[in-house]
Amino acid sequence: MDELEAIKVTFFQECEELLADLEGGLLAMQDGNDDGDTVNAVFRAVHSIKGGAGAFGLEPLVRFAHVFETLLDALRSNEIPGTPDLTALLLRASDVLADHVSAARGLGVVDMDASAAMAAELKIATDPNAAPAPAAAAPAEEAAAPAPAYVDAAAPIVIGAPQSDIGDGLDDDDLGFDFQPMTITLDAQAADAAVLDGNVWTVSIRPKSDLYRKANETALLLRELSRLGPIQAALDDSAMPALEFLDPEAAYVTWSVRVETDQGEEAIREVFEFVDGDCDLEIVRGEAPVADVLATLLDVAAPAPEPVLEAAPLEIVAEAPVAEIVVEAPVEAPAPVVEAAAPAPAPVSAPAPATPPVAANAPAAAAKPAQIDVPGPGQSVIRVDPERIDRLIDLVGELVINQAMLAQRVGEYGIAPSSNLAMGLDELEQLTREIQDSVMAIRAQPVKSVFQRMPRLVREVANMTGKQARLVMDGENTEVDKTVIERLADPITHMLRNAIDHGLESPEERKAAGKNPEGVVRLAALHRSGRIVIEVQDDGKGINRERVHSIAVKKGLISPDLQLTDEEIDNLIFLPGFSTADKISDVSGRGVGMDVVKRSVQALGGRISIASRPGQGSTFTLSLPLTLAVLDGMVVDVAGETLVIPLACIVESLRPKAEEIRPLGPVGSVLAVRDSFVPLIDVGLTLNYREHSPAATEGVVLLVEGEDGSRAALVADAIHGQRQVVIKSLEQNYQQVEGVAAATILGDGRVALILDVDAVINLRRREPPRPADPTLIAAE
Amino acid sequence: MTEANTQASNETRELISFRVGEQEYCVDIMAVREIRGWSPATTLPQSPVYMRGVINLRGAVLPIMDLAARIGMQTTEPNVRSVFIVVQADSRTVGLLVDAVSDILSITDDMCQPTPDIACENVRHFVKGIISIEGRMISEISLDRLLPEREALAA
Repeated sequence: MDELEAIKVTFFQECEELLADLEGGLLAMQDGNDDGDTVNAVFRAVHSIKGGAGAFGLEPLVRFAHVFETLLDALRSNEIPGTPDLTALLLRASDVLADHVSAARGLGVVDMDASAAMAAELKIATDPNAAPAPAAAAPAEEAAAPAPAYVDAAAPIVIGAPQSDIGDGLDDDDLGFDFQPMTITLDAQAADAAVLDGNVWTVSIRPKSDLYRKANETALLLRELSRLGPIQAALDDSAMPALEFLDPEAAYVTWSVRVETDQGEEAIREVFEFVDGDCDLEIVRGEAPVADVLATLLDVAAPAPEPVLEAAPLEIVAEAPVAEIVVEAPVEAPAPVVEAAAPAPAPVSAPAPATPPVAANAPAAAAKPAQIDVPGPGQSVIRVDPERIDRLIDLVGELVINQAMLAQRVGEYGIAPSSNLAMGLDELEQLTREIQDSVMAIRAQPVKSVFQRMPRLVREVANMTGKQARLVMDGENTEVDKTVIERLADPITHMLRNAIDHGLESPEERKAAGKNPEGVVRLAALHRSGRIVIEVQDDGKGINRERVHSIAVKKGLISPDLQLTDEEIDNLIFLPGFSTADKISDVSGRGVGMDVVKRSVQALGGRISIASRPGQGSTFTLSLPLTLAVLDGMVVDVAGETLVIPLACIVESLRPKAEEIRPLGPVGSVLAVRDSFVPLIDVGLTLNYREHSPAATEGVVLLVEGEDGSRAALVADAIHGQRQVVIKSLEQNYQQVEGVAAATILGDGRVALILDVDAVINLRRREPPRPADPTLIAAE
Repeated sequence: MTEANTQASNETRELISFRVGEQEYCVDIMAVREIRGWSPATTLPQSPVYMRGVINLRGAVLPIMDLAARIGMQTTEPNVRSVFIVVQADSRTVGLLVDAVSDILSITDDMCQPTPDIACENVRHFVKGIISIEGRMISEISLDRLLPEREALAA
């Protein structure tokens, strides 16, 4: 795709981050953290979206963002007070803004009525008196008029598109207009009237080559300018050298534009905000003879060679202690560009006093990088194609296997552990491990990116179902592999919807039950024994087991005379085709609910469980591996097979004494570990590797802990040692195997299976098999 | 089978034929990735008898299927001459354990006959058609039916 499209992709990526910052900031305000920084950060987010959208000609987005921004501007300058109602309005507006961004991206459509209604609400909030056409709201309305209105016929002046290699790559379809010479008309009468009002401005624009290099475009600026009012533009190409001296990458032309607008100099400057420093700009009130303006401009600019001026301020700013300022200052500070032609030190100090609100908040926000809740300005971030990282991870995986293979070979030669070779290998192992950790850390990201989408979801679902719900989030900064994060969104969305739609009662019911009418849904992420655990908890009515059971029977999912424990009944909701909603609602209850969640979680190597207490609510717990790539494991021998047991599950390993093993019942036996008794499980028997288990005293016992905290003693024949293994999927070429989490390749090049400890415990529990297992019936 | 009949009859296809017990079978050469000598596989627990286990094929975990057992015959006892044929069946790669590879056949579709209607369901399920060449009878395997359905076992 062409360059512009690539830039657009980046823009939308940034939009996502900005929207997240926006929502984060608004939520912080809702929680009472209404300091100036937050408001400013929120304002900046909307402002940046607007700016970018303007450059891409995304009209509806710009219009809405502008109204939104106007209100935020009034709020941050304390023209209007911040109230909880206002914050709620802003939150809803941020949802609409997000819709606009998605629509601009070609994902979904915006409900234009809702958008217009929201814009109107925002305008009223900005100016409660709703004075006829408040100045702030005016540009939005004007922008609503299609831009081509100015491109009529009367007395066209042709503006040649400047030479720019970027222009060649522009795609007409994307921008909705052509980059070939465009005509701009003048409305002579209106112009005259405007002169009388004294609303005429003359703007001279002399782009520097940097302007084009940064993918800006004068035609866009002129169009932006035309939104303020009718414009009349003249092009001065007198500086254009003869063809043989022409540098195709340089800028030679100067525009002189006559603008009629009642919006003042600030509004005009704002148009040029994003090219600040990349063009010489002069804004003069009234009708200035074009030639004069040009003369001044050229005079000022000529003696000072541009590159020097350009470099000087940049360098100085870059040495400032906080990097963020570099980003903020040029964008935010509408410093008069003409000043750039003044001696170098001036622009460096100038922006700060010239624009107090912005300059003041930029360092302030930057000073708090540690406080993650405050959406800070763009920290220095490198964008990398995920494929490159995946490739790196694959390579490191191979390196780990190779290193293990080497170590094993060396071990086979019986080299003393104290020898140089063995010590060198140890170091290599350590280095390999560090490289691997670092590479994995590149992909680790806080779950925040997923969590941030949830407040909106909760608002919408609560609205739709007429329930009152408050979302409490915990552990947003818990880090997990990016591949896992991406696949977390759907299950979490589903579980939250379910929690509100099925879990929470209506406000009336809650009141009757003596609860707060507002239900609380808690979404938490935490690390537990090498896995990430996501909990979705509601304080609703809990699972109605009687109803779940009767529905399952009615739908033929289980046989009516089957006696099930509470836990088993709760798990029935994971059966395919199960839906408890009395009527199919918009929110959930299409019968494709929890079974889909369960399957997608299983596909990630995770598990899901429910705990429910009638009248007190339910908790869904989702447990997933932190990464899908490597694992620390204990290599053991079982019935001639080599198995890897995840280290995270192992509590301790021991050689049992005969007196510690006590038979229990006809076949079972337990192991006495200090004061507690844990069931003994022979792995070989459970996995059908052998028919009879040897005496446990001859093997090794690994005390393991399952996901739910239950313990078991796994019997293996021998322990080989601890190793980091690269996880290889069994599903890729085959399918999931019960009792096996995945496979790996050992140092000798053979495949070893990684044990799924929970599944092994559960497999064992199921023996002797119950007369009918509910999950089996469902599968049929 | 219908698949075989719908193809243009004069187009030449190449097949790799191999021995399973005393019988001859073949697969489309385009599906074959490589042929390797037997190496011991890691047994998979809780798996059907025809799954010999998994091996490491240049960093990927490759399941090995005993073709004879899959079709319902006696399980193969691998010896030094046993080979496995690495084939691509839809998105998955599988190794098929067979007794020996015989040759490469070049056939046109009119040499291909529908599977005779015999009682054995396995044969009807896995055999796409029968090729008669130089007095030999070679059955073409329908690869996409060999691996168990993923969905059915995931539940």
